[in-house]
Amino acid sequence: MCLALPMRVIEFLPGEMAVAERDGIRKEISVTLVPEVAIGDYVIVHVGFALAKLDPAEARRTLALIAEMAAPGPR
Amino acid sequence: MIAFDAFRDGETARRLAAAIAAEAQPGRSYAFMEFCGGHTHAICRYAIAEMLPANLRMVHGPGCPVCVLPVGRVDAAIAIAERTGVTLCSFGDVLRIPGSHRRSLLSAKAAGADVRVVYSPLDALALAQALPDRQVVFFAVGFETTTPPTAAVLARARHLGIGNFSVFCNHVLTPPAIAAVLGEAADRPVLDGILGPAHVAAVTGADAFAGFARDARMPVVIAGFEPLDLLQAILMLVRQANSGAARVEIQFSRGVTAAGNRAAQALTAEVFEPRAHFAWRGLGQLAESGLRPRPGFAAWNAETRFEIGDPPPEPRTACRCAEILRGLAQPADCPLFGSACTPESPHGACMVSSEGACAAEWSYGRGRRRIWKELR
Amino acid sequence: MTSPLPLGPAIDWETGRIELAHGSGGRAMAQLVDELFVAAFDNPLLARRDDQAQFAVAAGRMAMTTDSYVISPLFFPGGDIGSLAVHGTVNDLAMAGAEPLYLSAGFILEEGLPLDVLRRVVASMAAASRAAGVPIVTGDTKVVERGKGDGIFINTAGIGRIPPGVAIGGDRARPGDAILVNGTIGDHGLAILSQREGLGFATALKSDSAALHRLVARMLAAVPEIACLRDPTRGGLATTLNELAAQSGVGMLLHEAAIPIRPEVRTACDLLGLDPLYAANEGKLVAICPSARADRLLATMRADPLGGDAAIVGRVIEDPDRLVTIETGFGGRRTVDWLAGVQLPRIC
Repeated sequence: MCLALPMRVIEFLPGEMAVAERDGIRKEISVTLVPEVAIGDYVIVHVGFALAKLDPAEARRTLALIAEMAAPGPR
Repeated sequence: MIAFDAFRDGETARRLAAAIAAEAQPGRSYAFMEFCGGHTHAICRYAIAEMLPANLRMVHGPGCPVCVLPVGRVDAAIAIAERTGVTLCSFGDVLRIPGSHRRSLLSAKAAGADVRVVYSPLDALALAQALPDRQVVFFAVGFETTTPPTAAVLARARHLGIGNFSVFCNHVLTPPAIAAVLGEAADRPVLDGILGPAHVAAVTGADAFAGFARDARMPVVIAGFEPLDLLQAILMLVRQANSGAARVEIQFSRGVTAAGNRAAQALTAEVFEPRAHFAWRGLGQLAESGLRPRPGFAAWNAETRFEIGDPPPEPRTACRCAEILRGLAQPADCPLFGSACTPESPHGACMVSSEGACAAEWSYGRGRRRIWKELR
Repeated sequence: MTSPLPLGPAIDWETGRIELAHGSGGRAMAQLVDELFVAAFDNPLLARRDDQAQFAVAAGRMAMTTDSYVISPLFFPGGDIGSLAVHGTVNDLAMAGAEPLYLSAGFILEEGLPLDVLRRVVASMAAASRAAGVPIVTGDTKVVERGKGDGIFINTAGIGRIPPGVAIGGDRARPGDAILVNGTIGDHGLAILSQREGLGFATALKSDSAALHRLVARMLAAVPEIACLRDPTRGGLATTLNELAAQSGVGMLLHEAAIPIRPEVRTACDLLGLDPLYAANEGKLVAICPSARADRLLATMRADPLGGDAAIVGRVIEDPDRLVTIETGFGGRRTVDWLAGVQLPRIC
C-alpha cells in the first residue's frame, strides 16, 4: 500500500509546487501538504505529493540503533 | 544527508535476523501481521520471511486499497467510464481490478471507453483543464496517504471553478480495517503483534494506532519499508511479545510522529466526511470506514454528478479472501488459488494487486511450485 | 540520384503533411518513395525500383525474422522509431548468431503526419542501417486515414547468414551453464516512460538502443560454445529468462547484486512502482554458455563498446518446475515470475 519514495526538495516552483530529486531522477511534486518544507529537505513522495518531511538526524539514530541491535555478542 | 543504501545493507540484515532468531523463545511461536501491502511487497521482494526463524510467521493483512475495492464500486467506475463524453483516469494498478463478469477498466478501455493512467491526482486535474469538452473523472482509491492529495486537488478544482472535473471517491480508513481483522476477542486470529504502516502513520500520526495496543492488548510497531526497517521492527515486536508488553512503538522515527501531519489532516477533514458504511472486498461492510466529499464539494463529486447509488452486496464465491485477509487462512488453502485465480486473471482481493497476499505468494513465493507439482 | 519518373510539384518538406495520395500508388507516392526512401537508404538493390530485391546467397543456413515497431513518443532520448526498427530486427538475427545481410522496411503512415517528422525518422533509419552495415533493400508504404494510426508504424524484416558451426537455440541451456548480460538493464524502458505524459520525470537516462551483431560476432569468435542468446526487449530480463528456462527445461538462479542496474533506473522504478527486471531493453542480450568458458566470454564482452558493464548474473540449475529464482542480497530467495499483463505504475 501507498508506494512512496524519499526524495530531496531542490527547487520551489509557483503554485506550491517543487522539484524533488533522487539519483538523477527529478520529479515535479506538490508541497501543499508540507508547508514548512525548505530547500534541501527530504520528503516522502506519494502520488506526486510530499506527504511528510524526513528527519536526517532520526535516520542516523535509527541506523545507530540497528547497528547496536545487530551486534553479535553474549545475551 | 540520509544514507538510504545503509537501510539495505545485507550484512547488517543477516545480523539482525540472527538477533531475531536468538531472542525468539524456542518454546513458543510468533505470528505478526503486516497490515500494509507495501510491507507485504517488501517482505517478498527481499525474501525477509526466509530469514526469520521457523517459529516466527508473517501474516499478510488487507492493507492494499486496490485489493479491497469491492466489485460494485469497480462496476460503477466502469459505468461512468462508458458514458459519452467521459474521460476516466486512475492509477495503473486500479485499472486491473476485476468487477463483475471479469470486466475491468482495462477491458472497458479496450471496448472503447476513454480510460487513462495517471501518476497523480494533479495529472487528472491537468487533464480536465486540457480537455474542456470532456467530463474528466478521477477514480480515487487509497488510504490516509492518498486521501490528502485527492483533497488538495478537489479544493483546487473548486477554487479554480473547474466544472468538467469530478472525483469518484473510494478513500478508506486504516483503523476500521485493522479492527475488522482483529474482530471480537472470541474469533480473533492468533496474532502476537502488528507491523504498522509508516506512510499512513506519517499522515495520521502513530496515536491513531494506540487503541489496538490499549484495547486489544496488541503490540504495534510502525515500520518503514526498507529491509533493515522491517527486520528492526520485527525484532521490536519480538521483544514486546516476550515481555508481555502491548504498546505503539515507532521504528520509522525519521518520518512518523505521534501526531502526524496536521496540515494533511486538516485538509482531509475540510474536504471529506465519513460514510456510515463502506464495503470492503473480503471484509464486507465496515462502519465509518470510508470517506466521501462534503456537501460543499457536491459539484465535484462524481457520485452526485452521475447519480451513482449504493452498490449491491458482494457476490458469494468459493474465494477465501475474507479469511486470508484476516490471517485465518493461507493463500494456498484457497481452492481457487493458482487455478481460477491467478495474477493474469484475478478473482479475489488478495490476487488483484501485486501487493495482495495471494499475488505476492504466487509471484515471489512457493505457491507456483505447488501448482506445478499438482499439474505433473 | 535522377528519377526515371515524371514528377509533380516539389514536395514541401518543411510544412507539408502526409496525404492519402502518398499511399495511392500514383505520382505522389512515387515521388515520396524516390525523394525520401530511395535517396535516404541509397543502395544499388533498392535503386533498381523493382517490387523485390534480388540477390545471391552462399550455401548454408539462413535466418529470417520480422518485427513491427509501434512506439510513443516517436523520438525519445537515445533514439527514435527509425533507429529502433533497424536495431531490433538486426538484433533478432544476431541472436541466432547470424550475420545480418538485408532488411526490408514497411511503413504505415497516418494521414496528417508532418513530412518533416517522416523525413527525420527515415534519416535516422538510414543512418542506423549504414552504421550497422545492413542495407534496407526493399520496402512498402501505406497511408491510413487520420485517426486510424499513431503517426508512424514501421515493420522491418531481415535475413542473415548463420556461419558454419554456430548452434544457438533457446532449448540449449544446461544445468551448470553461466548466464551473462552485456550491461545495465531497464535503460530503454525507463527512458521511454520518462517521456510519457502524466508519468513524466526528468532524467539524463537514454535508451540503450543499439545493433548487437558485431558484439555477437566477437563473442562467438571467442566462445563458439555459446548455447543461448536472446535480447530481453519487452518483458525485460525476467521474461526472457523464463522463456529460456521453459524452452530448455531448466531452472535459473540469479544473484540480485550481480545484475547491473543504473541507480536512476532503480529510483525511477521505485517512484513508479515498477520492477527493473521487467523493463524493456533494446541494446542488451542474455548469453548462456558453459561455466568453464564464462570468464573468457565476459572478458570479450567487456572489451566491446556495447559490453563495458557486462556481468555474470547467475547460473542454470536443474529444476523440473523451470522456475527462475533470485538470491537477494540478504540470503533469501524469491521466484521471478513471468510478467502478468502489462506493467502499470502502481500506487500500492
